[in-house]
Amino acid sequence: MKMPRDRLIRYSPLDRANHWTMAMVFVLLALSGLAFFHPAFFFLSHTLGGPVWARILHPFLGVVLVLLFYAMAVRHVRRNLLGENDIQWARQIGDVLDNRDDKLPPIGKYNPGQKLVYWSLVVSIALLLLSGVIMWRPWFAGYFPIPLIRFASLLHAVSAFVAIVTIVVHVYAAIWVKGSIRSMTRGWVTRAWARHHHGLWAREQEEAQRREQQP
Amino acid sequence: MDNSQNIIARSATTTTPPQVRSHVDEVAKLIDVSKCIGCKACQVACMEWNDLRDDVGECHGTYDNPTDLTANSWTVMRFSEYESQEGNLEWLIRKDGCMHCAEPGCLKACPAPGAIVQYANGIVDFDSNHCIGCGYCITGCPFDIPRISPKDQKSYKCTLCSDRVNAGMEPACVKTCPTNCIEFGTKTDMLARAEKRVGDLKALGFRDAGIYDPAGVGGTHVMYVLHHANDPNRYSGLPKDPRISPLVGAWKGATKPIMSAIIGITAFAGVIHYMTKGPKEEPEERTEHGQEDVPPPHSLGYDATRPRGEDR
Repeated sequence: MKMPRDRLIRYSPLDRANHWTMAMVFVLLALSGLAFFHPAFFFLSHTLGGPVWARILHPFLGVVLVLLFYAMAVRHVRRNLLGENDIQWARQIGDVLDNRDDKLPPIGKYNPGQKLVYWSLVVSIALLLLSGVIMWRPWFAGYFPIPLIRFASLLHAVSAFVAIVTIVVHVYAAIWVKGSIRSMTRGWVTRAWARHHHGLWAREQEEAQRREQQP
Repeated sequence: MDNSQNIIARSATTTTPPQVRSHVDEVAKLIDVSKCIGCKACQVACMEWNDLRDDVGECHGTYDNPTDLTANSWTVMRFSEYESQEGNLEWLIRKDGCMHCAEPGCLKACPAPGAIVQYANGIVDFDSNHCIGCGYCITGCPFDIPRISPKDQKSYKCTLCSDRVNAGMEPACVKTCPTNCIEFGTKTDMLARAEKRVGDLKALGFRDAGIYDPAGVGGTHVMYVLHHANDPNRYSGLPKDPRISPLVGAWKGATKPIMSAIIGITAFAGVIHYMTKGPKEEPEERTEHGQEDVPPPHSLGYDATRPRGEDR
């Protein structure tokens, strides 16, 4: 597809489809999981068709999330390692929060906050999978000793808490930084957006385009 | 579950359950292990009264039959052969089943409102109709008692014949026990009787005889008289100091309100941040369409060529 000149492609159709599938699955998992976590949230079990259905479906949805998430994560590891200017950017987190963007150094495709979201989810979803399998009745829990199931239950709750807080921050950041939701729904960002928020990435993309145009 | 007005604790419930008759006496079943002959009449009576049919199992070369509790076998006799330091063989038989803890780990762990209740008389009962089959009761129980039925994925265990007790009768196992090894009454009466039995056993030479009413779970409504109360483990692994695991305590205790609050506060902080700081937007670029695509310097974010504070 030919992009207008003032746009850069940020997320492929596959990335977007995967992202929104994960988003739906994550919301269902979080709501049904919270239902088992605290009585105040028990009514949320109805999002999966009632408490018994929630108990049955929650782990299967978890497996779906794991597959989608790590299929995405392995392709983006490199972009989420510590990069140029990341430490300086993180030091100026006050400027980031105060929207004093003109003081920030240019950064790559993902800023340190996004990288933190990435690694937080890489770790918490792995722990959720491990602990979740150990707790999974009727299929797997019977094969594990009860003290281990106790540890897994606590670990599952704590990891889920980390994942949910991470996603709350992720969702807020998307609302806060104008243009980022469009990048995940439509796939493109304006050059101005890219230069402003991800200067190094914008330079890299523009250079790549220039090389392509030269015969 | 029979009496819905005498409930002093209800699973996954943060308000006071109906307890208009919370003044009723606590009951207890007392099992004097030293009087048990291992006849299994209690197992049969339990099956009969509760109308349960377990699958026919296999002989494992021991008297344990069935070898473990199941969703259909709510009590089993556990036989252990213990060799003392003096070389004496002791055949220790313990009727295993729900201990009806004053602080039930199953109830603490259960996420389904009302699936587990504790009556004012101390009986801990499963309302299987509200059970969701998650198995958290198994995770929470310090005695490894509840069992999930492979047929309906609901959890089951001894009810202490709550239906009989509610109608003024003793549990079926008590009624049938031919040696009066199992007795039933108010907890106060049973403790007094247990004291007397411990005295008798001590007189017979069992210096370590004692009552098993573990304080770690707030005491139980099924108590044992043991000839070796100093080492309950001898009786097929009866735990010496059972308590709700600290892992379960953390999982179903402090973490619940703290983590729930932090999730809420994080979301609220987002709202406040947006309202006070506003959205993060890039400045508009003034390139005209069709022109060379070099951005004007001011749109590159930080512009080193521009003196600080020029436009302020």
